Amino acid sequence: MSTREIEALASREYKYGFVTDIEQEFAPPGLNEEIIRFISAKKGEPEWMLEWRLKAYRYWAEQYEAGKEPGWAFLPYGYGPIDYQAISYYAAPKANPQSLDEVDPELLATYEKLGIPLEEQKWLAGVAVDAVFDSVSVATTFKEELEKHGIIFCSFSEAVRDHPELVQKYIGSVVPHTDNFFAALNSAVFSDGSFVYVPKGVRCPMELSTYFRINAAQTGQFERTLIVADEGSYVSYLEGCTAPMRDENQLHAAVVELVALDDATIKYSTIQNWYPGDEEGHGGIYNFVTKRGKCAGRNSHISWTQVETGSAITWKYPSCILQGDNSVGEFYSVALTNMKQQADTGTKMIHIGKNTKSTIVSKGISAGRGQNTYRGMVKIMKGAEQARNYTQCDSLLIGDKCGAHTFPYIEVKNKTAKMEHEASTSKIGEDQMFYCQQRGIEMEDAMSLIVAGFCKEVFRELPMEFAVEAQKLLSVSLEGSVG
Amino acid sequence: MLEIKNLHVNVEGKKILKGLNLTVNAGEVHSIMGPNGSGKSTLASVLAGRGGYEITDGEVLYKGRDLLELEPEERACEGVFLAFQYPVEIPGVGSIQFLTAALNAVRQHRGLEELDALDALRLFKEKVKALHVSDELLGRSVNEGFSGGEKKKNEIFQMAVLEPTLAILDETDSGLDIDALRVVAEGVNALRSPERGFLVITHYQRLLNYIVPDFVHVLVDGRIVRSGDKKLALHLEEYGYAWAGDRDPAEAAAS
Repeated sequence: MSTREIEALASREYKYGFVTDIEQEFAPPGLNEEIIRFISAKKGEPEWMLEWRLKAYRYWAEQYEAGKEPGWAFLPYGYGPIDYQAISYYAAPKANPQSLDEVDPELLATYEKLGIPLEEQKWLAGVAVDAVFDSVSVATTFKEELEKHGIIFCSFSEAVRDHPELVQKYIGSVVPHTDNFFAALNSAVFSDGSFVYVPKGVRCPMELSTYFRINAAQTGQFERTLIVADEGSYVSYLEGCTAPMRDENQLHAAVVELVALDDATIKYSTIQNWYPGDEEGHGGIYNFVTKRGKCAGRNSHISWTQVETGSAITWKYPSCILQGDNSVGEFYSVALTNMKQQADTGTKMIHIGKNTKSTIVSKGISAGRGQNTYRGMVKIMKGAEQARNYTQCDSLLIGDKCGAHTFPYIEVKNKTAKMEHEASTSKIGEDQMFYCQQRGIEMEDAMSLIVAGFCKEVFRELPMEFAVEAQKLLSVSLEGSVG
Repeated sequence: MLEIKNLHVNVEGKKILKGLNLTVNAGEVHSIMGPNGSGKSTLASVLAGRGGYEITDGEVLYKGRDLLELEPEERACEGVFLAFQYPVEIPGVGSIQFLTAALNAVRQHRGLEELDALDALRLFKEKVKALHVSDELLGRSVNEGFSGGEKKKNEIFQMAVLEPTLAILDETDSGLDIDALRVVAEGVNALRSPERGFLVITHYQRLLNYIVPDFVHVLVDGRIVRSGDKKLALHLEEYGYAWAGDRDPAEAAAS
């Protein structure tokens, strides 16, 4: 089998590119204080929330005026300028359902089509879902069941209304609005997202999941997720994302904040499959996301797992601030770029507390003309006695027009630190493919098998059902006509 | 079962096989011997369907069908098995997972029911035991970190599981110590049957002490220059390949 055939195998079709025809309400395009007030009013927010947004907006506007949109990511194909005044910052289905029965059937059908049935009995046993459609949350399942354990799982808007003390205490505590350009933008205009609070000593009995869907054209999606795990609690959370195929680029600038108190554990998994654009790099989502977790308490544990297959451009560095002594941060990532996709992704592990440990396992797969960059920072602060980090960074190339790049940054200010870094780059060889074929395995299955093998260390971190889904998604992403 | 007629093959424009003829009937074990660069591995690769070989003339019939028309995986499903000279490592892919996928692809093609994970595992354990191979191989990724001997044993184990009709062994003996060699030979001998043909490609006569061939062919410069029974291999051992292209040594001595 030739390299060309391997490349053909890697070309893909996007399955989630349909548009839902539904009556929606939009904010007029453009960004100014009026729009911020409009969004806040739409959501019936209290004054403090509006003030918080405006502060963020003013900071962002300053940055914007000063031309400080970040440009340091490694993007060999570049990207078009984003016209922030052409985007609509709020889009919502018109009807405002009070329960699942009132949700527009079109919407339910959309999620059904995406493989995310919202009727509770149909959903995988033991997974509660919050569905976010463009700017608003349309349904949250298993709410009552969770309430029995004192767990709060709701849309961000509801949290602002019903649990203002928690939101006020933690919002911006991990990712302040001044953190970066896109975090500031998000803080100003975020429309919805999920909020989770797990009380002391509670082990959340089911997986929590948010499913994000961009539908409307010329809009951006700016969701915000906040998860707080109180002392001794445990929660596993998963997010999934898709969007229709459109010629223009759409901006997705999310912020995710995690807070783990003493002895708490948060597992956060992402399967990101935003529309990647076409073969020539037209259209697709700009996925500019800030995700950070704070291990605030002793023995706390935050683990990020991500499978990134979509988006035209991904910038994303789910990070951990290891503040509590003995806290543990983990980052497991599979990023696949095909066609002309560009991904610059990795993590930051900031060791502050004593005996803090971090593990980074990054698997980059490049096919087509995809460009895949790992960018990671491990920082050991002065007081972080006996800190340990292990980093493993592997790249797999399919075909000969793609690229893999690695930028590790290591900063150590304490002599007792132990750091390990391993990196490898390999090519899916004709030899490996032929070996599988000679044993009777078809080319497409052989490719899936080899890629899944490469990603194994990451897949095993995902909850069981999602590991299967992730593996399927990778196969689909690499699917194409057999040469 | 296998009929190779006047096969000419080029690799990167260079003529490697130059009119090779060979017939293998069911139940026969043929050994192909020859010096480095004579085209032995090319023959194995062409039969298995590896890319990069240009067939400029001749044909290959397998069970009466044009073998060269078939995709590599179709050939495998039709019962052509190649024990690789250099088995490839596939990191992260479990041996059991890999072999189950292969076994079920082959079974499906042959109209047999697919085996579930448990039945497949049972079968693998049985075969491993019969071959005196350590079942530790099953718990690891395909060939990953295997020693040379382990890789070759693994090939024979896979062969035993997939039960081919035509088994091609490409220098399976090279680099093996005597114990591994014995395991490999025993594996092959256990599979010898009236329905199955073998093509044993080797550089050395040593392997043929353990796998006794029905026919020995000497391949020199892309052609079979001499065929005979197992005694031919011994002659080769004694006189070297240079001799094989010339006249028969007995005749030469008589004249």
